[in-house]
Amino acid sequence: MNAIMKRLKGSLGALAMPLVALGVLILFNLIRCAVIGDFHFFAISVASDDKGSVLSGNIISIIDSASVLAIISMGMTLVTAACGGQDISVGAVGAIAGAFFVIMMHPQHEEQLSTLSSVAWPNVILGIIAAIIAAIVFMLFNGTLVAYFKIQPMIATLILFSCGRSIAYYFLFQVLGVGSIKLDDPIIFAMGKVIPGVPIPTSIFIVILMGLLMWLVFKRTNLRLYTQAVGINQKAAQLNGINPTAVKLLSFVMLGVCVAVAAIVKCSNLGTLTTKSLMDSIEMDAILAVAIGGNNLGGGKFRLGGSILGAYTIQTLSTTLNAMQVSPDSMKAYKAIVIIAIMIAGSPVVRNWLVSVSGKIRMALRSSQAKEVE
Amino acid sequence: MTVMQPDLRRKKKFERLTDAQLLTIISGGIFLLMYGAALLLIEEFQKPQVFFDITNYYSYLIIIACSLTVVMIGGGINISVGGVICLTCMVCSIFLNNSGIEDQTLLVLATFGIAIGIGAVFGAFQGALISYLEIQPFIITLGGMFLARGLTTILSGGENVPVSEKNPFTLWISNAAIKIPELGTSRIRRGQVFVNPATLHWVTIIAVAVVIIIYLVMRFTKFGRNTYAIGGNAQSAQMLGINVKLTRFNTYLLSGVLSGLAGFVFMMFNGAGGKTGIGLRSEMDAIAASIIGGTLLSGGVGNVIGSFFGSMILGTLQKIIWFSGLKEAYWQDMANGVMLGIFIVMQSVVLSVRGKGKMHLPEWLKFGRKNI
Repeated sequence: MNAIMKRLKGSLGALAMPLVALGVLILFNLIRCAVIGDFHFFAISVASDDKGSVLSGNIISIIDSASVLAIISMGMTLVTAACGGQDISVGAVGAIAGAFFVIMMHPQHEEQLSTLSSVAWPNVILGIIAAIIAAIVFMLFNGTLVAYFKIQPMIATLILFSCGRSIAYYFLFQVLGVGSIKLDDPIIFAMGKVIPGVPIPTSIFIVILMGLLMWLVFKRTNLRLYTQAVGINQKAAQLNGINPTAVKLLSFVMLGVCVAVAAIVKCSNLGTLTTKSLMDSIEMDAILAVAIGGNNLGGGKFRLGGSILGAYTIQTLSTTLNAMQVSPDSMKAYKAIVIIAIMIAGSPVVRNWLVSVSGKIRMALRSSQAKEVE
Repeated sequence: MTVMQPDLRRKKKFERLTDAQLLTIISGGIFLLMYGAALLLIEEFQKPQVFFDITNYYSYLIIIACSLTVVMIGGGINISVGGVICLTCMVCSIFLNNSGIEDQTLLVLATFGIAIGIGAVFGAFQGALISYLEIQPFIITLGGMFLARGLTTILSGGENVPVSEKNPFTLWISNAAIKIPELGTSRIRRGQVFVNPATLHWVTIIAVAVVIIIYLVMRFTKFGRNTYAIGGNAQSAQMLGINVKLTRFNTYLLSGVLSGLAGFVFMMFNGAGGKTGIGLRSEMDAIAASIIGGTLLSGGVGNVIGSFFGSMILGTLQKIIWFSGLKEAYWQDMANGVMLGIFIVMQSVVLSVRGKGKMHLPEWLKFGRKNI
């Protein structure tokens, strides 16, 4: 029991930064609601329409809309830990995966190519497999540049960042002749929004599934140790018999799987696939989630839970600003201020200063207590 | 043995070439090759105006590529440059609409001051956080980008802010070009000769001046040498007595000032007026230009002359794609990506071969070294 408590305390300490950030945001919302005397922000209700009933409310919407970011930030954490850099092509590769998902699903003999209204189960599974394979292939391209040619990840992924969306558009345009496509099908609706009869958004289940998968991988294998070893000191890892190239490539493969799943969830949730705007600028948010999660962007030790919490923190911030009627475009400025504040609070200098100040206070208290005893 | 001596000296000279110089020479050579091939193959390129078009249009890119090169040499990164350009244009346009200053010189100087001021404030803010609080530069400058773009929207309310044609500033920028009739095209219609002179906009001169000044600063001043030192190895630099934090702060300050200048230059060429989409993704183009020019993201290696060539390569590539009839936007993106890929892989191969000391040049490339 004691050991479990100790371990729990240790992991809580590691996750202090995202937990505190999230807690402050929730506290801020509580105060805000108390000031305006309306706790509607925290309400959870059941919304029903002809397609079934689903839970709704700000909390559900935060958990629902952060799923895509949470899934991607898991993969991003791995790449960051192994390679000491970030992948900025996740949005573009997501667009490619989405394009392959739709192309493989589409029967292609219909009159109307710009909408997809009825698909069969085998086609959907084929689409999912195609999307995952496409994402893995393109991520392996990035991984090869990083692992074999020893190029910084940000530079290597700049290539796909600048041309990935064009590749996706090219494939979609060559096969279907359209630049964006509408997805209007019960199966896709079930994947992106809710399964009929289940009142919880599907994306929540998918995040849990991906999280469990990652947890199993790290529980059952030595991958966590290997990744951290390669991230901290590649040469030392190599001397100890770890193959850094394989570890780096594997981290990119796992990021590819995450990106493909996220792209499928996102485009089925939106009900449309537009290669130009699917998961636009999500790479920045994902890197942010990794940083807020307390992970070092220079590689090494990592905490997946921190990144996931970081993703939910970012989404909570967006939803809070939304509830305060800040327009989506000017939201960026407020978001930036909060992010900079979080990063200042979590910076090594401020943290050391806080530790030294608290140590001094403790010393002063102890000496005063000692005087009282005398 | 005495016969061998000159050869040895020559070999030393070749080996004394730093990585950055070698990569700059390669990018310069590829630019010349590309432009030469375009001159031969595409008829439109034979007009000198095309060259001026590229330099005029991409002048702001040249300036922010210099700004990024300075930061990258110091081992950091700055992705807020595009946002700062956008904010500068918006604030200057609002100022021009509401200032009421009639005197042209004063107005231009005031606008210039505001542009530089915004850049300096952003640079100093980010630099202080990055160097004195030791926060990761990527996240802070990402925050700076969000802040700049968000402020632009808040200031404008999401609308474009046009500046009237009668504004003294607009009148001033309409004349800010040098016409060179000798390089222009002429045609005869109804017995009269119409000369369409080549236009060299002032922005090109500003951009080239910036490149030269930054090159000299990085090469010959204490600040420049310190920047190379902290980018190469911050700890050794610290032990040598270099003020690492101040130098790092200064690189971001300089970068911010240059992005403000780039915003001013953007307004000079494209006309005053704020829009929310100005400079979107230009930070990534600038990073690409710096990398093509031989600057390494890991720091300590780089050269602004290379960044100039990098920007020109990107510009020339866009023109070539445009003139060869592939006018859909996705071809340009794809060409950019392929170009970048080739350069990155080539640089990696060149550096690794050089690092192993096995630079086996083919016989016909060994200039004057045949009698070894």
